[in-house]
Amino acid sequence: MGIGTDRKSIETALSESVILTQVDKVIGWGRKYSFFLYPFITACCGMEFMSVAGPRYDIDRFGAALPRFSPRQADLLIVVGTISHKQAPILTKVYNQMTEPKWVFAYGACVVSGGMYDNYSTVQGIDTILPVDIYVPGCPPRPEMVFEGLMKLQDVVQQERAAKWPRGEAPYKKRSLEKP
Amino acid sequence: MGKLIDMVRQKFPEAVLSSHEDFGDETVTVQKERIVEIMKWLRDNEETAFNMLMDFTAVDYLGKEPRFEVVYHLYSVTLNHRFRVKAGVEEKDPTINSVVPLWRAADWLEREVWDLYGIVFMGHPNLKRILLYEEFEGHPLRKDYPINKRQPLIGPDN
Ligand code: SF4
Repeated sequence: MGIGTDRKSIETALSESVILTQVDKVIGWGRKYSFFLYPFITACCGMEFMSVAGPRYDIDRFGAALPRFSPRQADLLIVVGTISHKQAPILTKVYNQMTEPKWVFAYGACVVSGGMYDNYSTVQGIDTILPVDIYVPGCPPRPEMVFEGLMKLQDVVQQERAAKWPRGEAPYKKRSLEKP
Repeated sequence: MGKLIDMVRQKFPEAVLSSHEDFGDETVTVQKERIVEIMKWLRDNEETAFNMLMDFTAVDYLGKEPRFEVVYHLYSVTLNHRFRVKAGVEEKDPTINSVVPLWRAADWLEREVWDLYGIVFMGHPNLKRILLYEEFEGHPLRKDYPINKRQPLIGPDN
């Protein structure tokens, strides 16, 4: 975080005339192999996440082993399972509490689009309330798909420019109830 | 005819609208105005002794009159028998008296029916939504609630 912020100020000061690509590369390389997960698990996809995290498939091989159960220590929010309207404010709160840089992983059809729950209680895709970096569909997705998604996310992180951060609060706001 | 149905019919001859005992489940449909009085008798009478409200729910028969029906499932712990009481509730006046004074269990069950069907329970001590959030608009288990309606607080507009 410290390096990222300093780097941004240097780049801003030199106003686009100098671009520190090599530093970005090293930082990206470091970040992509050391994700600290926050598993936000609400439903059946969680069973498949256990398999992803367990010894047979072993997410540790990708450097994303350690789930943190405090959002302040995590940088990859994995949202696993159906998100209901009642839960949406909790999810955005967790997202806002995470320190930057942070990424969001949409795990399963419910999180990507609401899945089969096109109804009154389910959020129709968490991208309506959060910025999402990677979508993995499937009901639930196979662990192989999750790793494919994770590797794609690693590619994204490798390419990232420091100027992308900080990303700021989740765009979701409780809309006013008063009718215009 | 079933023994319990007989007793209720004898006690409240004009309040019982219909009854059946399909599959051995004794059921009466009563006038909604008399519901508390009948329920109180069913609870306190020694031969019925329904000291437990097992379940309470509602049904939406869209297009029929009366549109809603509330359903009480009673159980007697002492006598080990069961009974079902129904009452019709019209769409124009979706209200019925609360049975919370008789069974505390009715508190959350009536709140759930209010939340999802919009039936108002007169005399309920704390009638507010229980499963959905306060800002929710409408009552989603009504058959005319549009299936893909979005709520104003969350989710994309449509
Ligand atoms: S996508 Fe399927 S498996 Fe995953 S939470 Fe939704 S219903 Fe459950």
